[in-house]
Amino acid sequence: MAILSAFANPHRFMAFSNALLPWLGAGAAILITYSIWQGLYVLPPEAYQGDSARIMIVHVPAAWLSMGGYMGMAVASLVWFVWRHEIADVAAKSMAVFGAGYTAICLMTGAVWGKPTWGTWFQWDDARMVSVLVMFFIYVGYIALRAAMDTRQKAARAGAILAMVGAINVPIIKFSVDIWASLHQDASVLRLDGPAMAPEFLTPLLLGALGHTLLFAALVLVAMRAEVRLRRADALMMRRMAGA
Amino acid sequence: MSPAPIRAAFAQAFREAWAGGAGVLLPASFFAGAAMLVPFAVGSDSDQLAAIGGGVLWVALALASLVTMERLFQADLEDGALDLWVQADVPMSAIAAAKVAAHWLVSGLPLALLSPLLGLMLQMEPDRLPPAMLAYGIGGLAFFLWGAFGAALSATVRRGGLLIALIALPFYVPTAIFGAMSLQAEVPMPLIETLFLSAATLFSMAVAPFGIAAALRLATD
Repeated sequence: MAILSAFANPHRFMAFSNALLPWLGAGAAILITYSIWQGLYVLPPEAYQGDSARIMIVHVPAAWLSMGGYMGMAVASLVWFVWRHEIADVAAKSMAVFGAGYTAICLMTGAVWGKPTWGTWFQWDDARMVSVLVMFFIYVGYIALRAAMDTRQKAARAGAILAMVGAINVPIIKFSVDIWASLHQDASVLRLDGPAMAPEFLTPLLLGALGHTLLFAALVLVAMRAEVRLRRADALMMRRMAGA
Repeated sequence: MSPAPIRAAFAQAFREAWAGGAGVLLPASFFAGAAMLVPFAVGSDSDQLAAIGGGVLWVALALASLVTMERLFQADLEDGALDLWVQADVPMSAIAAAKVAAHWLVSGLPLALLSPLLGLMLQMEPDRLPPAMLAYGIGGLAFFLWGAFGAALSATVRRGGLLIALIALPFYVPTAIFGAMSLQAEVPMPLIETLFLSAATLFSMAVAPFGIAAALRLATD
């Protein structure tokens, strides 16, 4: 709880994030460059899928961040709902945008990967694809709801309620989609998790995932800092108008 | 703690259904109209219609449940009923549940009762129609609860109809999946699929009223 309270202070948050940002940015740049270089030039073509499997270097981290971003958003929403720490709401709002972005990247890279591998842009049989698609709509609904509210306080409350109820629902949705997809699972579909992943693929993949996580954190921090400044500017304007 | 506000909300939802003139006929007509459009769009082939008919009715039911939602709480917000509910000494979630239950009885149950007729027109097998009607009734309740959650969140938003649909549709996924599974089962009376469908509805009954109550408290601020 002490950690939460420490971040609840916007001044401390601004100082802390200012110090952290260069490290996050540098780490993200190095790790993402390394993983893409490995994926494009160093790794051998994958035994079953050839060169198309190289896209997993981006696709898999995007899929993880799509889920992780929503979890972060839901936790931040809970923190805001219980303790009303302003920074938690700023965090939830910022994470939604970049979580939705990574979800879109996951869907698009998945389509590009699926076309040469499975012969289709989108496979409704695959539970993970359908889950990510539903996740995208949950993100879009959250962003649209916040945008429709006329005050910041209402946007924070409505967003927190939706994010928390959504978080309770996500396992149920995932479970139902899994059952549904297993009903008409096509045996000829080449499964990603069929052949075990070789270590020379796994290392750049995990480092790339770490790099994208750092990038996600850096982007969220930049957006949060902008939002904190915006709120501060609004408060100053209100004070000036009240004084005049 | 007296149950009077719960009864009042329940009765009020019944009266509201007829206040607009057309009342329950409106969602039912929309349900039938949406289903009627499908043969024009996919072709009149009887085998094809028989294969998709049950699923088409699930989509039509989901859309019909959404069109009734926009005014569900906005009227209560405008005439001050919400402010009274907040001050009542019964839980807001109980009042919200009563309101949604009444709304479902008036606008949702007629859709399920109408489904055998539409199912026949869409070439569904006659012995599948009674279990399908049961499934539309059970699943429709989940649609109405999640739709009401979206409606409560966007109660203060002018012309929030599309927003309600965007918020609620991801929550419709489990019901749509289990509902469609119950129609595609090997036996005409599918027990396991119906149990799964009921579980999804029970889950929505357990969670949605609290979400609706939290959202309505926000709307009154």
